[in-house]
Amino acid sequence: MGTFQIDFGGAANKRIVGIDLGTTNSLVAYLDGVTPKVIPTPEGDRLVPSIVSYTDEGVFVAGEAARGLQIQRPERTVYSVKRLMGRGVDDVRDDLKLLPFQIAEGSESVIRLDLGGKLVTPPEVSAQVLLELKRNAEAHLGEEITQAVITVPAYFNDAQRQATKDAGRLAGLEVLRLVNEPTAASLAYGLDKRKEGIVAVYDLGGGTFDISILRLQEGIFEVLATNGDTRLGGDDIDERLMAIALEDIATEWGENLSGNLEAVQTIRRAVIEAKHQLSTLPKVAISVRYGGRVYQRELTRELFEQLIQDIVERTLQPCREAMRDANLTPEQIDEVVLVGGSTRIPLVRKAVEALFKTKPHTELNPDEVVALGAAVQAAILSGDVQDQLLLDVTPLSLGIETMGGVVTKLIHRNSTIPASATETFTTSVDGQKNVLIHVLQGERELVKDCRSLARFDLKDIDPLPAGMTRIEVRFLIDANGILSVTARDLRTGRQQSVEVKPSYGLTDEQVEQMIRESFERAEEDFAARQVREARVEADNILSAVEKARANAAWFDLSEEERAAVDAALNGLQMAYHSEDHRLILDQIEKLDAATRTLAESMMNSAVRQALKGTKI
Amino acid sequence: MSELRILGEQAPAEHPHCWRCGNGPAHEHAEPVSLFCQFCNTLQPPVADYFSFFDLPRHLSLDLAELQRKFYALSRLLHPDRYTRAAERERRYSLEATAILNDGYRVLRDPVERAEYVLREAGFDIGEQRTRDVPPELLEEVFEFNMALDELKSGDETVVPQLMESRASFVSLLAEIDRELDAHFAEHDGAAGREARRAVLERIRKILNRRRYIRNLVAEVDRQLTAQGA
Repeated sequence: MGTFQIDFGGAANKRIVGIDLGTTNSLVAYLDGVTPKVIPTPEGDRLVPSIVSYTDEGVFVAGEAARGLQIQRPERTVYSVKRLMGRGVDDVRDDLKLLPFQIAEGSESVIRLDLGGKLVTPPEVSAQVLLELKRNAEAHLGEEITQAVITVPAYFNDAQRQATKDAGRLAGLEVLRLVNEPTAASLAYGLDKRKEGIVAVYDLGGGTFDISILRLQEGIFEVLATNGDTRLGGDDIDERLMAIALEDIATEWGENLSGNLEAVQTIRRAVIEAKHQLSTLPKVAISVRYGGRVYQRELTRELFEQLIQDIVERTLQPCREAMRDANLTPEQIDEVVLVGGSTRIPLVRKAVEALFKTKPHTELNPDEVVALGAAVQAAILSGDVQDQLLLDVTPLSLGIETMGGVVTKLIHRNSTIPASATETFTTSVDGQKNVLIHVLQGERELVKDCRSLARFDLKDIDPLPAGMTRIEVRFLIDANGILSVTARDLRTGRQQSVEVKPSYGLTDEQVEQMIRESFERAEEDFAARQVREARVEADNILSAVEKARANAAWFDLSEEERAAVDAALNGLQMAYHSEDHRLILDQIEKLDAATRTLAESMMNSAVRQALKGTKI
Repeated sequence: MSELRILGEQAPAEHPHCWRCGNGPAHEHAEPVSLFCQFCNTLQPPVADYFSFFDLPRHLSLDLAELQRKFYALSRLLHPDRYTRAAERERRYSLEATAILNDGYRVLRDPVERAEYVLREAGFDIGEQRTRDVPPELLEEVFEFNMALDELKSGDETVVPQLMESRASFVSLLAEIDRELDAHFAEHDGAAGREARRAVLERIRKILNRRRYIRNLVAEVDRQLTAQGA
């Protein structure tokens, strides 16, 4: 209360927002005084669906607008793209069974999705979600937003982190920090509570699972160990339910709909709805209406729990490993915090409670806690919060390839970051001018079982007899969990040039090229977007009026009133295909005005009906 | 990915002047070496030595609670989160310094890594190649142990009890070695003069080699037993 704010202008005190870029939903938050707050969309929603659609008009829409196109334009609408970030096509064969996207040729190191002829990479898709959040934040706060903290799964590797950072750059955001999601959650949870002790954060989201164990002491949030699975989440549960529905339908209707994108999306919606309801109800009805036919089946929580038992169990092993790495027993864990929508499932809560022998905290909204924590971290970076500090770790060991395809570890997993390691290399052939260093991430012994990060080429080495040159290479993981490599010739003391060849992901040049292109197209895109948004709004009101015309209230209207509505309806339909968004918005307003009496009388009769206790 | 930065800029042997305000010496030459300029309080290129960094005497026995307290206090001062809006150069020093802080904390809090660090800094060779030399007093036991391991690998599970027995004896040997190490640490810290300390370090090096050898035996039996699903 009573904070007196002075605007010095410039970058010195620009606001930094916190963003949770989720598999299913994304949120943006900021610190309002001392309280982190989620920024709602102009429509008042707090969650923005992480869905992006490339429209017929040739523009991207994201969030709720894209969700609206998921059934109409499934081949151009991308969801769960987080599963594809920082991966090559060979990594995601299993994921692609779940995700009905067309992959373009040449997707070995960066996946290119084919949206009806438009090729996009996962960072570009994520950038559209980030842009949507950026716009919402700018509209809400009334200022330009250019800096952000973005959260990533703790178990994300270097390439996945870099891809997330690239997405930020493409959206015009300087990503000041990537924060691990469970750690961010602990920040929101531990804020202003003066918490001390050992806390486990169990984070089961739409597509990823993380477990982090932290020590909270005097405002320091020290991560002791982290573990997880970057392809385990609510999506896998949806997949189970869909398989059942598709099989039932195949039997009942004699038709296999699994190749029908539109039908699949309709069924997906229905099973997700059922899944959500099962968190509070003992049984639900799955109901799918498609092509004039109706499929219905009952699903009990008991059966649901049997179906997902093994998915829930897959989360427990990483928890045990994290405890082992932190050198802790379940009895030493003081508190457990649940994060991610999938932790609403009663079976998940039961399993977590049984493992840690303590009742997990559920008072914070599991969908929002990560974004709130990101906002706290943003305030730490801006200097607005000074008494708290996060000390995070790298989730995976970092090593280099040595003789015989073996990985020599340089920085071990669960090392506090920033972390570094130094290694000296030499030449093996007379006159050798470069040394290639293959850097990998992972816990296994052999190169083939670890994840290739990049090849670093030490170039322009002075040609000397074998073994004479000594080059000291320094590997440094920064506070974002991203690696950089520098090298020095020990004989000359000179900085050694290093060329980086990332195994997965975009090069800096590619990202810059994309940014340039997006600037060139920005104006065009903006106009097209406004038209697109106006049409979405028009669609909504047109279908609402269409429905209302079947309502009893319609016939209570006077002749003139009905004529006025029809005229306005006609006007909007005429304006609909105009390329001028103002024309469309104008007609929407007129139709809105003409239907006011109708809307009121429908509302009144609905209230009357409700008071009578009859369902409408 | 992985943008390239010019890192590892070495702190000059003498660091007479602050890079920002130009006043010098930025800090006294006598230890402890301050991380910040004594005039303008700007972060200086960090020193790489863990003991100076933590402002601790070069001892092998450390008070771990004190080490943690210092780690937290230094983290608050040095972490990149505190330098988001600082000059590029100070941001770089913050990253460098925090990496050294974290690496140092990891090494110093573990007695074995701490001792290996002191040995390395004192010019001792602690290479892994020495782990192949079987400590003479263990020759016979290790020979039989390896025979049993081979039999296990070829599927003979009757050797499991024998292996478990060997394992237990190795583990108790390790505990004994750790007590031996503790005694040597104290002796090192109390030794007067460089030569006396080096003599103790030489003994510690041998103990560590033995320790590493036995640890590898335990790790190997664990790996084989897991592989056999026993």
